[in-house]
Amino acid sequence: MATAAFETPKLKPYPVIPLVQVGAMAHSKPYVASPKIQEAVGFPGELTEGWEQRAVAKMGELLGKYRSLRVYMDACVHCGACSDKCHYYIGTGDPKNMPVARQDLMRGVYRRYFTFAGKHFPKLVGAVDMTKDVLDDWWSYYNQCSECRRCSVFCPYGIDTAEVTMAAREIMDSVGLGQKYANEIIGKVHRIGNNLGIPGPALEDTLLGLEEDTKEETGLDVRFPLDEAGAEVLLVTPSADFFSEPHVESLIGYAKVFHAAGIKWTLSSKASEAGNFGLFIGNYEQMRNISLRVKEAAQELGVKRIVVGECGHAWRVAYSFWNTLIGPFDWLDPRYPVPQHICEFTYDLIQQGALKFDKEKNDDRIITFHDSCNVARASRMGSMPGGQFVIPREIIKAVANRFHDMAPGTTHEATFCCGGGGGLLTDDLLELRVKGALPRMEALNNVVQQHGVNFMATICAICKAQFSKVLPYYGFDMSMVGGVHQLVSKAIRLGEPH
Amino acid sequence: MSVVTIAYAALFYVATAVLVVGLALKIRSYLRTPAPLKIPTTPAPTTTSGVALRLTREVVFFESLFKASKWTWLFGWLFHAALLLVLLRHVRYFQEPVWAPIVFVQFFGTYAGFAMVAGLAGLWARRFLVDRVRYISTPSDHLHLALLLAIGLTGLGMRFVAHTDIVAVKAFMLGLMRLDLQPLPADPVLLLHLALVALLMLVFPISKLLHAPGLFFSPTRNQADTSREARHVAAWAAALDKK
Repeated sequence: MATAAFETPKLKPYPVIPLVQVGAMAHSKPYVASPKIQEAVGFPGELTEGWEQRAVAKMGELLGKYRSLRVYMDACVHCGACSDKCHYYIGTGDPKNMPVARQDLMRGVYRRYFTFAGKHFPKLVGAVDMTKDVLDDWWSYYNQCSECRRCSVFCPYGIDTAEVTMAAREIMDSVGLGQKYANEIIGKVHRIGNNLGIPGPALEDTLLGLEEDTKEETGLDVRFPLDEAGAEVLLVTPSADFFSEPHVESLIGYAKVFHAAGIKWTLSSKASEAGNFGLFIGNYEQMRNISLRVKEAAQELGVKRIVVGECGHAWRVAYSFWNTLIGPFDWLDPRYPVPQHICEFTYDLIQQGALKFDKEKNDDRIITFHDSCNVARASRMGSMPGGQFVIPREIIKAVANRFHDMAPGTTHEATFCCGGGGGLLTDDLLELRVKGALPRMEALNNVVQQHGVNFMATICAICKAQFSKVLPYYGFDMSMVGGVHQLVSKAIRLGEPH
Repeated sequence: MSVVTIAYAALFYVATAVLVVGLALKIRSYLRTPAPLKIPTTPAPTTTSGVALRLTREVVFFESLFKASKWTWLFGWLFHAALLLVLLRHVRYFQEPVWAPIVFVQFFGTYAGFAMVAGLAGLWARRFLVDRVRYISTPSDHLHLALLLAIGLTGLGMRFVAHTDIVAVKAFMLGLMRLDLQPLPADPVLLLHLALVALLMLVFPISKLLHAPGLFFSPTRNQADTSREARHVAAWAAALDKK
């Protein structure tokens, strides 16, 4: 059994900030990557003598490479603005899950080795030596941050704990302490092309199966093309969309949108993954190399546009970083943004009147929308700031009649992470995931009680997988969660079967 | 010339040098460290003027803190706004003749001293009363508040309880600026007030007081959301493209 028994938090009708419970989650640690996994992605296999100095040296290197880290190590005044903002603090009460305290795990070491005050008056400013005890704390608590950036919204200096967590994970990887889940997946994406490790032939089979299923459902030849050179659009989507429920329902939705719009598209076996776990471990080179697969695939297939499927962190890397990492994209059609989100793509078609819907087909669903953290706070859709909130909701309203938002303070830029983001979607962290979902579950429960909501739409593969797993812990049906394009799929009008 | 005068003159020269040079070095290190990726907290402005407006709202109104916690915002904003008025009021000790705006601000600056102390007291109370804030408070957090509070109280003491020879103080300050030392009154409250101010100047570049310049260099706040329109490659990252 991966996790010892634990108690699922009780849902309360209104949010309650828990009292500090020191050490409540100190036992939560992910599996450590084996030397084989570590070496496959270019990190030392395990901790060896002298790691302390190497860790401090790596911190020095990162302080010189990332202004965010340098400024954030200095700027915090311990005001406490962030202290009640992290879903893991709200769900566990462990004070080291307060963003400020999580940052302080690194700040203590930073002060000791890189500041005057910490070198000469360590006790006064909480400076600590880099020791195994400190590393153990890092290992536990930097693997209890989903890099969702909610704290950065509220910090008066914009300190983003995600930046600190990424640096900590990068430092730990560099001395041979890596997280099994994330690093194993990075190995797979390089070796096989996607995070799930689905080889090309299996992917082809799956897509053929989907074509048959869709034919049965609609009577039409809706295609799921793979590696088709000369297509206009390359769709890069999380590999969960190929195999997992409810993800695959959205993939069917994308295919129907392409079909209805008459736009030639293709998937790629080489870039059969939108997710980029290089982000989670804070490794620029990995993030770049994983992104490069997409560029290579797009150039080999000769497409004119790149569209990204429903995936939160993937969209952050694609929207915010691709142009920097693998741009410029002057070889693609300049009339469209690169990359384009599938929701932007569908929304544009709706605006043009190119898609028709039978909204009442979704009438059995009373829908709410969960803003995925990395879409909400680390990216955008459309041309207006905040388009990432408007566009998915407008799509839902175009394809369904019954929609209710969750309470303000739990949506838009203040949205709560699902509890499984940032490289934590692994069963060895199940207790953390269940407890971290508490604030979202409470907000959901309120619209369930008030409006009878029975479906929570979202646009992230991790959110979908995480909620499928944790909804039952809170007494909800796991099929309550699904994609926005799952709703599109249900309502879209494809013309008469022939 | 008394020992006290010489010692305080030396103290202020050193404190000013440490403050200016220390801050300059820090700001240089922030400037020299690249921000290799676009990481504004979104929704973010898409233009430079939008970013300027966002930063202005943060600096003037503490916008994010207001979203986070109304009590912390109230005490924090009260303290900072009052501190600004108090500092402006003190400008008159460093110039002759005194600018009209500084004359105008005297009344407000005088009473802002009370607001400043009230704000600090509120901020300090949170460090004892809110268990989360108590948990994260370090000795240095308490000492910073104690220092600022002591500066405020000694200042108010000289203004409202036991007046010091303010004309002589002004002569001393003007003398410092003109490299022409004038005697400093040996009033214990004044000496304490000035020593604490010098201490604050000394710790500024090596303490959390760096939050002041830090805000302007925070990538989540000072970047425009133009990721798809413009590349943002740092020098060390560009080297990877050449490999």
